[in-house]
Amino acid sequence: MPPLTPTGGPPWLTLLIFAPLAAALVASMLRGERALRVWTLLFTLIEAVASLGLLWVFDPGTARFQLVERWRWIPALNLEYALGVDGVSVLLILLTTLVMPLCVLASWTYIQTRVREFLICLLLMETAMIGVFCALDFVLFFVFWEAMLIPMALLIGVWGGARRVYAALKFFIYTMAGSVLLLVAIIALYLETGSFNIPDMMGRPYSPTFQLWVFGAFFVSFAIKVPMFPFHTWLPAAHVEAPTAGSVILASILLKMGTYGFLRFCLPITPYATKVFAPWILGLSVVAILYGGFTALAQTDLKKLVAYSSVGHMGFATLGIFSLTRAGLEGATLVMINHGVTTGALFISVGIIYERLHSRDLGASAGLGKQMPVFAALLGLFCLSSLAFPGTNSFIGEFLVLAGGFQVSTGMVICAVPGVVLAAAYMLRMLQRFAYGGTDNPDHSKIPDLGIREIVALAPLACLVLWIGLHPQPVVHLMESSVANILQQATGPAGTVALVSH
Amino acid sequence: MESVPDIRLLLAVLAPLVGAGAVMATGRRPNLREGCSLAAAVTLFALTASLVPEVQAGKTLSWTVFRLLPGLTVSLRADAMSMVFALSASFLWIVAVFYSAGYMRGLQEHAQTRFNTCFALALFGAIGCAFADNLLTLYLFYEIVSVCTYPLVAHHQDAEGYEGGRKYMTYLTATAKGLVLPAMVLIYVLTGTLDFAQDIRSGILPADCGRAVVTGLYIACLLGFAKNGIMPFHHWLPGAMVAPTPVSALLHAVAVVKVGVFSTVRVMLYVFGVDRMEAFNLGLPTAYFVSITILVASVIALTKDNLKARLAYSTVSQLSYVILGVALLKPAGILGGVVHIANHAFSKITLFFCAGAIYVATHKKNISEMSGLGRVMPFTFGAFAVASLSMIGAPPVAGFVSKWYLLNGAWDAGSTGILVVLLASTLLNAAYFVPVVYRGFFGAASPEDAAHPHGEASAAMVIPLTLTAAISVVIGFYPDLFVQFAKAILP
Repeated sequence: MPPLTPTGGPPWLTLLIFAPLAAALVASMLRGERALRVWTLLFTLIEAVASLGLLWVFDPGTARFQLVERWRWIPALNLEYALGVDGVSVLLILLTTLVMPLCVLASWTYIQTRVREFLICLLLMETAMIGVFCALDFVLFFVFWEAMLIPMALLIGVWGGARRVYAALKFFIYTMAGSVLLLVAIIALYLETGSFNIPDMMGRPYSPTFQLWVFGAFFVSFAIKVPMFPFHTWLPAAHVEAPTAGSVILASILLKMGTYGFLRFCLPITPYATKVFAPWILGLSVVAILYGGFTALAQTDLKKLVAYSSVGHMGFATLGIFSLTRAGLEGATLVMINHGVTTGALFISVGIIYERLHSRDLGASAGLGKQMPVFAALLGLFCLSSLAFPGTNSFIGEFLVLAGGFQVSTGMVICAVPGVVLAAAYMLRMLQRFAYGGTDNPDHSKIPDLGIREIVALAPLACLVLWIGLHPQPVVHLMESSVANILQQATGPAGTVALVSH
Repeated sequence: MESVPDIRLLLAVLAPLVGAGAVMATGRRPNLREGCSLAAAVTLFALTASLVPEVQAGKTLSWTVFRLLPGLTVSLRADAMSMVFALSASFLWIVAVFYSAGYMRGLQEHAQTRFNTCFALALFGAIGCAFADNLLTLYLFYEIVSVCTYPLVAHHQDAEGYEGGRKYMTYLTATAKGLVLPAMVLIYVLTGTLDFAQDIRSGILPADCGRAVVTGLYIACLLGFAKNGIMPFHHWLPGAMVAPTPVSALLHAVAVVKVGVFSTVRVMLYVFGVDRMEAFNLGLPTAYFVSITILVASVIALTKDNLKARLAYSTVSQLSYVILGVALLKPAGILGGVVHIANHAFSKITLFFCAGAIYVATHKKNISEMSGLGRVMPFTFGAFAVASLSMIGAPPVAGFVSKWYLLNGAWDAGSTGILVVLLASTLLNAAYFVPVVYRGFFGAASPEDAAHPHGEASAAMVIPLTLTAAISVVIGFYPDLFVQFAKAILP
């Protein structure tokens, strides 16, 4: 990587990161629940619109980090406050800022206790999440990474369902275990390079053994976050217990941290180890796709169903990344975005059902669609998107991932194909139960259809489903160069030089 | 060959979609609602018909709707092949609008708005398949047809309806997702495009594709488009017969199943190409493979007493004629197969229309109860007789034309086996259709019928079925239109 030179100009990224923190401070002083909600909604909307400004200043033609800010932090340790974005992180930041106002809307009536604390948690999460996607100094990255953990655990543990404490604890322990390994890897890299600067660490001739160890630590830590089979068991528990907004943030953004980690660290920093481990990770991805599919098919709890479907979908993302092909990486990035859009929407939908029925049981919602035609149409769209129906956003991502997979191993893709069929099976089953049910549906005659607030919460996601599905070029264009660069770092000469020199 | 951009293609595909929206919006006023269906159907047919002169002149019309990625577009084309399917499907939709209004109102069915909306959406999918310019577009509309017809199959919302619907979705989506999707992705990886070839010879696969890969892709496509009813993935079709009869008529004799065979044939000819199929010897084995379906389905049809079930198995068997003809890879065979897409449509829709008319008038589903009905319902049974002759392949009805070309094709391919299969299936067709007609006209009426005299079903049903029967005869005498298009496909 070329050395990281600050771009100059206004510190856009810093503003984006810390504005939610400031908003949280304001929120801590506001009185009245309604004022709090309106303030948070307004702020997150402004943040979302402001983040769109990134599209103007970001130049998709280059793979270099842009909007770079570098300040000394702790000179003795060579620590810096370094920020910058490339195509992949811009997309994820936009996804984050888009999802946040929807989370506020989805919690409007859902959260009735400790509203202030809840909204502050959401805003803190936003700061930490944008920070993670911008950080170019490893310690800074780690700080944001850890900072996400606490508000998220609180979201689950305080505003969650019956077994919230168990779920929060499990989430905390799993992610903490991953974080420890991440820290070890960071320190190892620091000792080797004397720097915490992330671009500095890329493309260096580390010894193969060193790479294997560092990769191993990275892998476990990110695999827990994705989550990859067999590190996924925290996910269903956390999703089921978390409030709607928590589930949405978890599914749409937090899971992407894992795959983002693979793309940002594993591939460029440890290319040799990536190649060594890739076949195994491909295998695990296929297992995740099949396992997620089968388990989702067996669920009667709507949230669990969507949670396990996430395991399957994220399997496609890792399959794409570790196919180490252009199509695979682009597909994986698309899958990340699409999963954020679609699964976020599905969790909001499940929340809507829960608010009406006080149950997440598939059987209880049988035939509900008849009373809620508008909702049924939207849910139908999201279900189709989730099963990668052609013309929706997920299709193009899965198509590219499979195309990338075929270039590596036909057998592997053929093994993953039943997962695609299973996705259709569990999603259509859910849709069928919801829209039609059976011959003995419960009585839903008093249930109202969607209100304006709920439609507004789902509509942007529905638009994205169709827009990315039919017109993905702008999204692909945004990440093209960055993905090509990551791939070049993983498979290009830098990876092989290390092998030769040792 | 010239390819000219033409927005009429897009308009044609949008007509049923807009129609569906209008039907949904006007649901509270049944006459207006049916008027919207009719307007959409007429618009679609008029737009399709307006393309005829250009396509006859040898032009290929095209229109790109969306560009997803390089080599991946949603785009439409009208060539001779698409016209055969698009013309017959769009014309029969007009007829079916009248018939289904008569049927649904005659039985006072529930959820007629949903029914009519999904009907229009299914046509949207079917026309999209007909005009698809590449494999991705074809797959997109193929899946739209699957999803939009579920509410039609499960229409009655009873245990039987849900079971039929479940089977329907399971077979159709599992094969499409499990076989066609990976095949499509692999074709994209191998060739960098999914656009269909311009003629039927070359195909689009690169020359260095190995035999194993091509054969694997071919099998995936042949079985993956399960709407073509090839055994062993045919169970969805008899299962879907729980749907109201207009659905069985238009969708499971014309739109849905023809989407299946049309897609299969499109892919065989325009993705794999005749040359490649000949080189890897994929033609005759396919013909023999589908022969099993032709014969076995006919034998099963013999055993069915439920009229719609018998027609369903007859459809399974007749669909494979199309694939068999094309798989012979001889001009006459391809001609016969493609023409049969249209010919079978007109005759089979007549048969289903008759079955529905009998049900509305008498509430009878089983052949064994239909003794003597022909004497009180002469138009219905007359039309049934004419369409049966077409199925059997007797001159001068439409089915004869296709069977004639198919036999020629088998002869050209030098395959006695296929000749025998065609002749045997003709006998079987006669064996399961003639008794129905005979019983209707010459059987003794049951005392119950004598006690409750009834006549024909309403004119809204009888006129369409008489019309389609008449057309079956007309295209038997003047097969030129469709044959001309089919000839234009040949190199």
